[in-house]
Amino acid sequence: MKFDTPAGQNPIDRLKVVGQPLDRIDGKFKTTGTAPYAYERHDVAANQAYGYVLGAGIAKGRVRGIDTEAAGKAPGVVAIVTTLDMPKLGLGRMNAANLFGGAEIQHYHQAIAVVVAETFEQARAAAFLIKVDYVRAAGQFDLAAVAASAKPVPGDSGEGSGGGGEDRTGDFEGAFAAAAVRFDETYTTPDESHAMMEPHATIAAWEGEKLTLWTSNQMIAWTKGSIAKILGLPADAIRVDSPYIGGGFGGKLFVRSDAVVAALAAKAAGRPVKVALTRPLIANNTTHRPATIQRIRIGATKDGTITAIAHESTSGNLPQGKPETAVDQTKLLYAGANRLTAMKLAHLDLPEGNSMRAPGEAPGLMALEIAMDEMAEALGMDPVAFRVRNDTQVDPGHPERPFSHRNLVGCLELGAKTFGWDRRNPKPGQVRDGRWLVGIGMAAGFRNNLLMKSGARVRLGRDGVVTVETDMTDIGTGSYTIIAQTAAEMMGLPLDRVVVRLGDSDFPVSAGSGGQFGANNATAGVYAACVKLREAVAQRLGFNSADAVFEDGAVRSGNRTEALAQAASEGELVAEDSIAYGDLAKKQQQSTFAGHFVEVGVDVDTAEIRVRRMLAVCAAGRILNPKSARSQVIGAMTMGVGAALMEELAVDTKRGFFVNHDLAGYEVPVHADIPHQEVIFLDEVDPQSSPMKAKGVGELGICGVGAAVANAVYNATGVRVRDYPITLDKLLERMPDAA
Amino acid sequence: MAGTAACAAMTAMPGTSRAENAGTDQPVLARVSFTMNGQRRDLELDTRTSLLDAAREHLHLTGSKKGCDHGQCGACTMIVDGRRINACLTLAVMHQGAEITTIEGLGQPENLHPMQAAFIKHDGYQCGYCTPGQICSGVAVLAEIKAGIPSHVTADLNAPMQVTDAEIRERMSGNICRCGAYSNIVEAMTEVAGNLTTRGPA
Repeated sequence: MKFDTPAGQNPIDRLKVVGQPLDRIDGKFKTTGTAPYAYERHDVAANQAYGYVLGAGIAKGRVRGIDTEAAGKAPGVVAIVTTLDMPKLGLGRMNAANLFGGAEIQHYHQAIAVVVAETFEQARAAAFLIKVDYVRAAGQFDLAAVAASAKPVPGDSGEGSGGGGEDRTGDFEGAFAAAAVRFDETYTTPDESHAMMEPHATIAAWEGEKLTLWTSNQMIAWTKGSIAKILGLPADAIRVDSPYIGGGFGGKLFVRSDAVVAALAAKAAGRPVKVALTRPLIANNTTHRPATIQRIRIGATKDGTITAIAHESTSGNLPQGKPETAVDQTKLLYAGANRLTAMKLAHLDLPEGNSMRAPGEAPGLMALEIAMDEMAEALGMDPVAFRVRNDTQVDPGHPERPFSHRNLVGCLELGAKTFGWDRRNPKPGQVRDGRWLVGIGMAAGFRNNLLMKSGARVRLGRDGVVTVETDMTDIGTGSYTIIAQTAAEMMGLPLDRVVVRLGDSDFPVSAGSGGQFGANNATAGVYAACVKLREAVAQRLGFNSADAVFEDGAVRSGNRTEALAQAASEGELVAEDSIAYGDLAKKQQQSTFAGHFVEVGVDVDTAEIRVRRMLAVCAAGRILNPKSARSQVIGAMTMGVGAALMEELAVDTKRGFFVNHDLAGYEVPVHADIPHQEVIFLDEVDPQSSPMKAKGVGELGICGVGAAVANAVYNATGVRVRDYPITLDKLLERMPDAA
Repeated sequence: MAGTAACAAMTAMPGTSRAENAGTDQPVLARVSFTMNGQRRDLELDTRTSLLDAAREHLHLTGSKKGCDHGQCGACTMIVDGRRINACLTLAVMHQGAEITTIEGLGQPENLHPMQAAFIKHDGYQCGYCTPGQICSGVAVLAEIKAGIPSHVTADLNAPMQVTDAEIRERMSGNICRCGAYSNIVEAMTEVAGNLTTRGPA
């Protein structure tokens, strides 16, 4: 189905199932421990052996030799594969670092060997008997030190944000110099780790030249293609299966070393091999959100109208890597005739920087939305009013392009009213509650909506049950449930008459999970397949499909009603289609919007920061399931608190690695860090997005949260911290008198 | 490391035996028997096997998750002799005679424990990987409060222990949920605690 004109009325608009806050259909499996994750598939292949991955102990250089003699003689060892056994393997899709093979070390904890043994304990013990002889090379590991050498480069997050090395509208420098009020500050965001709860894991099994990978991955078709390329196999020789994924956040978008070494190890062992990356490998062996240095300049008239805005970001990466697209939202979020955005990229020899939840916008808004708070204060304006003043209904760089639907102002104003913004004292450091200095802050949230082709197959069985098959994944997002809701709505069935099967590369290729593009596109693909199935059903029952009504398990046209199952009485009906998009998203800008509001308390003596209240108001088209969508948003708000207050991969700038590479050293929010969270969705639809009229929320929820926390800390204390995370040591010396 | 484990577990291990060929570091095997989810289990294990791996790899009870293998995340939480523990931080052979409950023993898809049902109702999970640990911890936390065991945030050690948001958040902070379902988990636990109070002990 080609979607190239805005959606009109369609069966989804009935909202009998879609749009309802239903419990997840996979809930009873996840809560009972019966949902099978990658490493747990004891049933799929007999005689599985255990693989244990060894990571490089240097950041840059080469491996001169690997002595596996002792390891090979260790009890239970079946096979050992080292990186010297083969030339460097090719890059998979979006990979910046090679995952295995060859002598070159590009980053710390790069996989250099896998030991296969009868048991996990034996594989682990043997791995530590391997002796590696390295030749170290000098590398660049300190972003601040190499920032001056960074060059403007175009880049694309692959998730809806990107741009040229430098993009201009009007005359920024001239307008900024002439502005009545000028603001110019620099902010930094650190390297962050996805730290998903399930480490990357794969079971690999060969049958002749056919390879099956039971793995944990967000993008099934990408991974299938990447494995084919890396291992030199035809794509049709590979099957990838990933029905449950224990979190991804972008860290499982692309194929990683677990899948590659499991395949190599299984080949060498002549039997299935299971591999999970150990927790200490996650930070350095896989990918991370790169650190940024961001300079923001804003010029405005005295009444707060922005006339000039510039956002420049510098990040670092391996030579094949991309820049962090931290400036992209600044092209679209606020009005202003004169604009400059620029991305610079420096060479770093740290592990690969790549997508993490809202790549680009998440760190970009952490800077921009503090800058807006600071500019509002410089203007003597309320921060909400300043943002409302500079709202735009068109793409400011291309005024002929309107937004398809934009209600940022509605988010900000409803949020302010709901949160009690009028009780905020604009003068910082004034509000006390016992030993706590109390402040509230806000920020706008913004994230683009991306349209991606997505396919599905639907089957109507003799029992009247509809089964949906697509390689779409559910990484905690609720895909199983919203896909079931879509099929149920389209076919006129209750939710329990729909079965959803996901994550198998034998199923039609979907949009996959990333860039908050999964929900709208994957359900639209299911919509398309269901339109075809409805036609087949109508034809089989002798109805005109245009006027057949699918309702309550039956199909009705005129005075005649037939049970839906009747259409399959002579055999299963199968339909397959995909949604593909025309140029609607080119003509009009599709984005999602939020207002984030946060209250913090800061201990007047210790500067300990506690988040006391949080609210997000989101405008993101139709909300397919308010319960699971709300969870996406509160989860993103939680990750935003982490980014604001604690998350930082500490770089050893001499040895070139992330030091705090486990969950004790890399701190993420825990229960005690997070208060009750409120989410409000504005009641809206966007007919430009798809027949579902939905957009994404999973990344919108993190966009702006960090700055809202930072602005609340400033309001509480009067101390402005521009280097994330905002830890108490950065506040202490400047805290107001405790008296 | 294996030697340390054997020492620590000496009193609890009836059948430690070094395999033949001890000179080349053959794994030390030991017999252990415990009850898991009401079923007696007799295992002969490499003494290095964690309780978590005994369940996941030997008994194929994969509900308990391995998130870190370091006691940092709580995904492996089991209830052992009435107390919650990180099953990745303890060796299986140390649990001779123990009564162990894992997520599979709390309830099943068609026979949910009230805490499992409350997690579904309040959407107290997303990817599901930390969920079994959260639920086992949640059940044990309510029992700890009922038993009058104080926490860091308990203000008055002499007053009856209350199930407050602060108590729940403090006691649950060893169970990380990167998807960020905390706000919903607190609601789920509060509902279960309320039902326990109004209905009396389960």
